[in-house]
Amino acid sequence: MRNLLKYIIARTLMTIPMVFILLTIVFVVVRIMPGDPVSTMLGGHAPESVIEKKKHELGLDRPLAVQYVNYLWQICRLDLGDSMVFKQRVIKAVEDKLPATLELTVAGMLIALLIGVFTGAYAADKRRSAQDYLLRFYGIVIYCIPVYWLGLMLQLIFGVWLHVLPIAGRTGPRVFASIFEKTGFYILDTIWIRDWAALGDVLLHLFLPSLTLGLVISGIFLRLTRANMLDVLRSDYVLAAEARGIRHRIVVYKHALKNAFIPILTMMGLQFAQLICNALLTETTFSWPGMGRLLMERIYLRDYPTIQGTIVIYALLVATISLIVDIIYAMVDPRIRY
Amino acid sequence: MRFSPAAGLGKLLQRFMGQGKKYGMEWWVMIIGATIVLAIVIMAFCAPYIAPFSPYDQNTGPQLSPPNNIHIMGTDNLQRDVWSRVVFGSQTILRVAVLAAVLSSVVGITFGLISGFAGGNLDRIFSLIMDSVYSFPGLILAIAFAAMLGPGVVNITLAVAVIYIPTYFRLVRGQTLAIKEELYVEAAKAIGATNRVILWKYIFPNVIATTVVVFSMNVADAIMIEAALTYLGLGLPPSVVDWGMDLAMGKKYLPSGQWWLITFPGAMISLLALGFTMLGEGLSEILNPRLLER
Amino acid sequence: MKTILEIKNLHVHFPINIGTVRAVQGVDLELRQGEVMGLVGESGCGKSTLGFSILRLLRPPGEIVEGEILYHGRDLVRMEEKELLSLRGNNISMIFQDPLTSLNPLFRIDEQFIETIKTHDPQISKQEAFKKAAQVLESLGISPERLLEYPHQMSGGMRQRIMIGMALVLDPDLLIADEPTTSLDVIVEAQFLDLLNELRRQYDLTILLITHNLGIVAQLADRVTVMYGGTIAETGKAESIFGNPLHPYTQGLLASIPNIKLDQPELHTMEGSPPDLVAPPPGCVFHPRCPRAMDICKKERPKAFGKDDRIVRCWLYG
Repeated sequence: MRNLLKYIIARTLMTIPMVFILLTIVFVVVRIMPGDPVSTMLGGHAPESVIEKKKHELGLDRPLAVQYVNYLWQICRLDLGDSMVFKQRVIKAVEDKLPATLELTVAGMLIALLIGVFTGAYAADKRRSAQDYLLRFYGIVIYCIPVYWLGLMLQLIFGVWLHVLPIAGRTGPRVFASIFEKTGFYILDTIWIRDWAALGDVLLHLFLPSLTLGLVISGIFLRLTRANMLDVLRSDYVLAAEARGIRHRIVVYKHALKNAFIPILTMMGLQFAQLICNALLTETTFSWPGMGRLLMERIYLRDYPTIQGTIVIYALLVATISLIVDIIYAMVDPRIRY
Repeated sequence: MRFSPAAGLGKLLQRFMGQGKKYGMEWWVMIIGATIVLAIVIMAFCAPYIAPFSPYDQNTGPQLSPPNNIHIMGTDNLQRDVWSRVVFGSQTILRVAVLAAVLSSVVGITFGLISGFAGGNLDRIFSLIMDSVYSFPGLILAIAFAAMLGPGVVNITLAVAVIYIPTYFRLVRGQTLAIKEELYVEAAKAIGATNRVILWKYIFPNVIATTVVVFSMNVADAIMIEAALTYLGLGLPPSVVDWGMDLAMGKKYLPSGQWWLITFPGAMISLLALGFTMLGEGLSEILNPRLLER
Repeated sequence: MKTILEIKNLHVHFPINIGTVRAVQGVDLELRQGEVMGLVGESGCGKSTLGFSILRLLRPPGEIVEGEILYHGRDLVRMEEKELLSLRGNNISMIFQDPLTSLNPLFRIDEQFIETIKTHDPQISKQEAFKKAAQVLESLGISPERLLEYPHQMSGGMRQRIMIGMALVLDPDLLIADEPTTSLDVIVEAQFLDLLNELRRQYDLTILLITHNLGIVAQLADRVTVMYGGTIAETGKAESIFGNPLHPYTQGLLASIPNIKLDQPELHTMEGSPPDLVAPPPGCVFHPRCPRAMDICKKERPKAFGKDDRIVRCWLYG
């Protein structure tokens, strides 16, 4: 256990320089626009004095270096500034939407893993058969299908033509918003209150968006699992296990898969960035009230502090997940810790 | 001895097809991918001759009519022919994606070569920056760029290009580092080859092969990003014909069941991306064959 | 002595993209209760393939295309999968070359033992299975606390003993050992051979020792079979094979071993190289390299000549 702790601390410290650079990138990108945010926001016809006053208010007239240091310092205090458009602290706006995005993303990842890993193992086991080729083809194709198009098609089929699933929002009209005060994670909130009807409604709304998200990412997991499994299935311990009379299915799905799974954990970390990008697109397609929709909304409204703040949170999210995945990796593979 | 062009062509084709037996499945994957890409590229070049109507023509037929004999993909809410918009849309997406890929590759390869070759602190700094950009969620970065730069074909191309620079950088840098240590480079230095010569004659040619594969996959990704950006409403003014934008517009009519507005543009995006992906995948397998497989 | 395993006319092929590799071509072999049979030959002669075929552990695309393998009279080649599975690890066990890679790195030793035991005896409780594992380890000189460790925490020699332990925990009567000492250093190898000797007496074990190392075969084996190019060259008692090799290949092989006590100006070598198993030479597989090849050797495959325990497949003795 102590080894694990040491590893966790070391790995966490390593994250800091990367986070630092990510934050710098966000700072730079948000400031590359031609022209300045205030005139754009005020419409370009406002008198000089008003523009100057607003700039001073927002601290945009100070030298860039000062702005930069301020920016970093604020982030350390979890202060992302105030919205330029609404009377709202950016951190609050993001906080409200974060659980929705996380719920969708986690659900999507789970579905992607379930579909991808097991079909990948199956394809590796049935190597060179029709099922294998078909699954590999699926793996390539599904990644080329834009997630929003898949979402729209599924909405068309299940929402409009078959009328069995909802196509927008996290809940239907008959569920009260007050239920979701506790965590913002609708699944947890409804279980907490034991409102099973509400839970059902929430799950129903979560299904299509997370399925869309999961399907698109599953292709990569399928191909990765299959490739790893092919290697693992050639290894000596698989042979030795078979030599001891252990049933083929157990050998494949217990012995082989656990070993093949480890690189997939790392891939999960890398795929997370891809996942939240696709989640953003899913959110806009399914009117899912998450960070992605928030970002797009505020881009349209030219609310630069919120835009910056949202992207910062996205970057921090990716860095955090990457850290967590590495820690889980150390937990699963004992060779890392001892 | 007579040499007929037909026989010559036939022989060429025969040798071409024969390669399939040598390489197997991967060859066909590459060929199919190349065919798809070629078909759509031809469609883009011959757009004015293929499309029955102008993509801007708002008077081609009844509004929102489903696919029929005249409009094989139906019409949209502004009475424009969907098929014509699909045909012309190919120009936009190809233009942006390929240009962005070329930009990314030139910048990425150059920096990769320099950084890998120079080594030291320069390499360390570049690598750190590139790794960070690489780990940043691509679409979000592109959205930020596109949002900040404003609409326009040039801007969207830049936004897409930036994301892939690290990919080329890492690839080329890694290879440069490896080749740098090779004996034949040392030998070249011993007979007085300058750094520039080494870079250009020794390292660059070796790096090219893998880069071609990455390029193909890059274009596929760029296609997806471009379409995503325009779907989100960023990047292009409404005067440009684009598949992603048509999807965004068609989305509004989904609840009323007018499926042809979204089905066809989306299918085209998928098809084009698939074509480049298959091309890249097939090529990759052929260049790195797996041994002893049947 | 009773025959427990009989291999009759076994043919094993590997269809690959350049053609079909005929790894084993018409091999006959007999294993008797309680003996150690050394199966020797150079790399690629088919001895490992033969060993794998017994338990049908051939990696694809390998397949048994002809022949029988009779274990106590039952044909393993045509046996139902379920029955075969019950034999593996239970009645016939196999150990492999590299003990580190033969143990699953993600599972503890005791978990791997218990799984094996429970597979063949589902009724048994975890504790009892653990006890059995501990017993076996003790008899191999390993303290039972090691059961709670992971494979990478142990030394090579210990892992080898763990492997043997897992192979013998269910008291099989046949052990197939495929190149078991190749990855061990000489000292550990010596300990291993002593161990095998001890175990074979203790468990009344029949061992098929597959190796290219003539030295360990000389030490341990009762009978020896020499393989070349997918076929059997000769077989017989160890003293007989080493003292009086009949097949030109065996003669060449033994002559090639440098002897530190002799003053050899030149090392003896055999002309030519191992046969191409995709297109093996007609007649006797060895004839292109044989210093005593005759006309008939180029046309027909030699039959088995000899009697009792001594058999040679060579036209010189026909």
